[in-house]
Amino acid sequence: MNTLNHPGDAPPHLQLQGITKRYGGVTALDSVDFSCRLGSIHAVLGENGAGKSTLIKIMSGVVTPDEGTLQLNGQFKNFQGPAEANAAGVVCIFQELSLIPDLSVADNICISNPPRKFGFINRREQIRRAESLLARIHCEDVNPRSQVRDLPLSRRQMVEIAKALSRDPSVLILDEATSALTAADVDNVLSLLRKLRDEGLSILTISHRMHEIEAVADMCSVFRNGQHIDTFEQGAHNANDIVQMMIGREISAHFPAKRTFVRNTEALRVDKLSWENALKGVSLTVNTGEIVGLGGLDGQGQKELLLGLFGVLKKLQGHVYINEKQVSIKSPLHAKEAGIDMALIPEDRKTEGLLLPMSIADNLGLASLRQLSQGPFINQQAMDKAVSEGVSRMQIKIGSTKDPVSTLSGGNQQKVVIAKWLITDPKIVLLNDPTRGIDVGTKQEIYRLLRQLAEEGVSVLIYSTDYEELIGCCDRVAVMYDGEIVRELAGDDITEHNIIASSLNLDETAA
Amino acid sequence: MSNTGLHHGFMTNFKIALFKNAAFITVILVFIAFYVFYNLNHPRGFSTAVYIQNSNEVFALAMVAMAQTIPVLMGGLDLSVGAIMTLVNCLASHLLSGSAWQVAFGMVISLLAGAACGFINGCVVVYGRIQPIIATLATGAIFMGIALILRPTPGGNVDGDLAWVLTNDLFEIAATYGFAEGGEASWFVPIAWIPVPLILLVLAAALVWLPFARSVTGRSVYAVGSAEGAAYMSGLSINRAKIAAFTLGGFFAGLGGLYLTLQTSSGNADIPQAGAYTLNSIAAVVIGGTSLLGGVGSAIGSIFGALVLRTISFNFRIFEIDPLLQPLFEGVVLLAAVSLGAIAVIRVKNTLELFR
Amino acid sequence: MRTKNSSRFKLSEDDKPIVFAAGFVVLILAVGTAYTLQTQGTATLLSPTYLLQQLQVGAFLGVVAAGMMLVILLGHIDLSVPWTIAAAAMMATTIGGPMAIPVGLAIGLLVGLVNGFGVAFLRIPSMIFTLGINAVLRGLMVAHTGGFAPQTAATPLMQYLAVNKIAGIPVALIVWAVVSVAVVVLLTRTFFGRYIYAVGNRESAAYLSGVPSRKVIVIAFGLCGMLSGLAGTLLAGYSTKAYQGMGDTYLLPAIAAVVIGGTHILGGRGRYIGTLLGVILIVLLNSVLSIMQMPESGRQIIYGSVIILMLLVYGRGHKVTQ
Repeated sequence: MNTLNHPGDAPPHLQLQGITKRYGGVTALDSVDFSCRLGSIHAVLGENGAGKSTLIKIMSGVVTPDEGTLQLNGQFKNFQGPAEANAAGVVCIFQELSLIPDLSVADNICISNPPRKFGFINRREQIRRAESLLARIHCEDVNPRSQVRDLPLSRRQMVEIAKALSRDPSVLILDEATSALTAADVDNVLSLLRKLRDEGLSILTISHRMHEIEAVADMCSVFRNGQHIDTFEQGAHNANDIVQMMIGREISAHFPAKRTFVRNTEALRVDKLSWENALKGVSLTVNTGEIVGLGGLDGQGQKELLLGLFGVLKKLQGHVYINEKQVSIKSPLHAKEAGIDMALIPEDRKTEGLLLPMSIADNLGLASLRQLSQGPFINQQAMDKAVSEGVSRMQIKIGSTKDPVSTLSGGNQQKVVIAKWLITDPKIVLLNDPTRGIDVGTKQEIYRLLRQLAEEGVSVLIYSTDYEELIGCCDRVAVMYDGEIVRELAGDDITEHNIIASSLNLDETAA
Repeated sequence: MSNTGLHHGFMTNFKIALFKNAAFITVILVFIAFYVFYNLNHPRGFSTAVYIQNSNEVFALAMVAMAQTIPVLMGGLDLSVGAIMTLVNCLASHLLSGSAWQVAFGMVISLLAGAACGFINGCVVVYGRIQPIIATLATGAIFMGIALILRPTPGGNVDGDLAWVLTNDLFEIAATYGFAEGGEASWFVPIAWIPVPLILLVLAAALVWLPFARSVTGRSVYAVGSAEGAAYMSGLSINRAKIAAFTLGGFFAGLGGLYLTLQTSSGNADIPQAGAYTLNSIAAVVIGGTSLLGGVGSAIGSIFGALVLRTISFNFRIFEIDPLLQPLFEGVVLLAAVSLGAIAVIRVKNTLELFR
Repeated sequence: MRTKNSSRFKLSEDDKPIVFAAGFVVLILAVGTAYTLQTQGTATLLSPTYLLQQLQVGAFLGVVAAGMMLVILLGHIDLSVPWTIAAAAMMATTIGGPMAIPVGLAIGLLVGLVNGFGVAFLRIPSMIFTLGINAVLRGLMVAHTGGFAPQTAATPLMQYLAVNKIAGIPVALIVWAVVSVAVVVLLTRTFFGRYIYAVGNRESAAYLSGVPSRKVIVIAFGLCGMLSGLAGTLLAGYSTKAYQGMGDTYLLPAIAAVVIGGTHILGGRGRYIGTLLGVILIVLLNSVLSIMQMPESGRQIIYGSVIILMLLVYGRGHKVTQ
């Protein structure tokens, strides 16, 4: 491949024409035209399955298009793999991190083109280079010698950004790169993006956070169902119009109405729950038929609270009461037993929720196999019935229940996870950010379902990174900060302002 | 979990390095303890004769252990290392005689044959997309079959001088080939006692393994073993790393086989022996601190793993413990070594972390 | 992709290995028969007596492979099989009398449970833990026998199970059939079977669904050990005594049979019928090679080539793209 490219000589200009990509029978992109300018931040918006991921995978060489052309700086390119795209100056920061956990931060930052001396990797130079790149994104607290495995997620994300910068990109693509970051880091990254734009880079960003897009983007492009709907200057349309463009239909009500009557019977109570450094004496009550939200910045102990309740964490201190009886839950198996009747929709459906290669039926039946068995033997009739009920209740769109669950779209996979637990007939449902990476349509179905469950007397405890979701969905919101619940909001107090203010713990930590 | 707020002072960097190399340092200390103990109790302890004998006994296993390390680092396993060693052993038993040039040529061919076997493994794994453990199980059988064709019965014709000098101390090289005044030169005497296999071991590590570990391909092997998907996304050449890992593994196994030929002056297509070497190589790798999950460890650690395994049997000899108990003891040591890792399991307080 | 979708005769991913293994069995029979017709003028291979005799020998491998499959489905492996077989056989013949067979099975079960404990609770990779257990067992048995061939003999019942026939069918074959039916029922009809697949696919997801994953691992290893113990007692009955290294030739063929039969070596997928065909394939391949008087070298090469060939046809993993 003789595609020499000098980023400095002439402004590269990424242009895609007539790009089509099909996966099996599904068309992910349908003859899409797209281009982006130098010195501009370009936001790409769309529901899940709209084709955004495929678009950036094509730009970054991860997949090759079935039809269409890609020009960079006026030259036709056909990237075979990320290595070639990187070499040409197109660098992508993927949502699923591309860091090697067992290598050091410096190794990772310099991985594609390490400084060499006599052909061998020059470690000292590598550390120097890593240090200066980390300093550029205000991440001096990360030691380039430490192993990536030992870093918290938000630091890893920053290392990922430093790694992208080390490749001297002319086109920088960020795929939900801010989703795991702390608020301070988000500000750092956004100001870095502005700086890079001013230096003449072309930046593409995919984000579901509208306020970030409003803060940095110059241009916006909306995708829907594999098609490029529109491109306009940021500010030309308001957020509501953009959402409408994304889903292609008017949405009258985002969220179902809140609970109509209040039953103040306690279903779940935790008293001074502590675990490691993550939970510091959390006390919380969830009543029957109530939806309680956990708010706060990512990583303040919300996940640990849910896992702890579900019996995953060992050496948990404090007390848990179910229906006013004290319990000590040892394992998920214990948590779903009669009398506790708990269910957890885990954070990562691919590794914690589903057995991807196994059939939809097998996945749906997994949590209730014992209930559906007589002695050691599975009662196939009861199983089939439960599976078909699960499918119809969640309106999962499937061909056959024998298909592997991996063939389903992300939203439908999440529905399988939820349906799996509904079959066990739970009284308490814990959800760990259930709508992350889910399309708007499915999100709304999930909201409706939660409300319906609550009306039936199920207690719901949901952690969400999406403020809007907490506001729209929950009867009460407990905001966590540094392993503690700093504020409980109810009724009209559940506002964006209140949630954000307590998330940052503004009332107390003046210092 | 919070690691923020690190100061990059010398002490933190030192701690990071210490923590990273904890397993490696442990295995070295264990070896030193075992070996000193052995020599203290040996009637002719700390003597050249003992060193020579020991280094001869350890060399082939150390090579096979290095051979095993590289596929393991990559997240695979090579069940054919013993077979490659045997194949090269049988091949070399035909080639290591005649003029000096012929012998040299024979050595090169033998090593190339080892590397070629590894290359074949790599190709089957990469292009056949077959799991390494099964692919090498199958190629191992094929290599063994070829070895049996080369040597249906044990035997061989090996240059006596070469076999003698390479399995003794430096003095014998000088005396045999007449340099450094036949080994009596005053500058030579202080180093004359060093066993040749020990030097070869250090050379193999320093000239082959270390440069590889420092190369981009070597780094890619670690990356693939740690997180293959992330390595691909980072634009590393996965296929090249895999093929290189197996090829280099084959080369080391070949080196072991070549040495075995010199040591025994014959070739022997012994199936149980090949199997024993393969299994011991895995044990040595694990004792040497390399994770079977890939991405963590080094071939030097495996050398010490092999040394520890062999030193155990040395101690058995010296204390005249019933040799029948030796396999039992070896098994217990292996289990004890791996069970040390279980301490970390007990400390894990989030059950999900166990399932990585 | 295109060819896959347009193809009318789409074999499911799980059926493919079974069809191919069956086809290969037929091929071996055809080639072997052609050879015997050419050289001896008889179709020895196709005679029921001969086939039954071969399958009788195959029964021992079949029982071992059945246990190995349970463990491989979990994504683990049991390298302690050789000396579990030998230890069970030696202890069974040492105890003798009516307790011989129960003791053999109990030894196997015990070894398996220890393996399971190490793998499930200590989280030591099964590859290395079972390897260590194998060495320990070997040490214990060598110490027990003093390194000599044990002088004890198999009980009449053991010999009966391994050698005798009921209505012309070898009892060993019946034992294998019973084991097979039990494993099929276990894997397809019970919740425990479903748990095995679930844990083999992804233990974290299984655990969070309330599957007692550690218990599942321990029990599966226990069953594998017990089946090895059963094979050991049968084998001792077949050769009327136990001997050093009697299990050594069963490890790799058992793994090969399971994998040739389409069980994924990393766990989570595979059907027992495939393992059954894998065993038959290996047994017949061995007997055809014996008829041809193939030297050991040729056997090894053919053996390795068959495994690679079969896996190239259907066992290929998927490329990493994400």
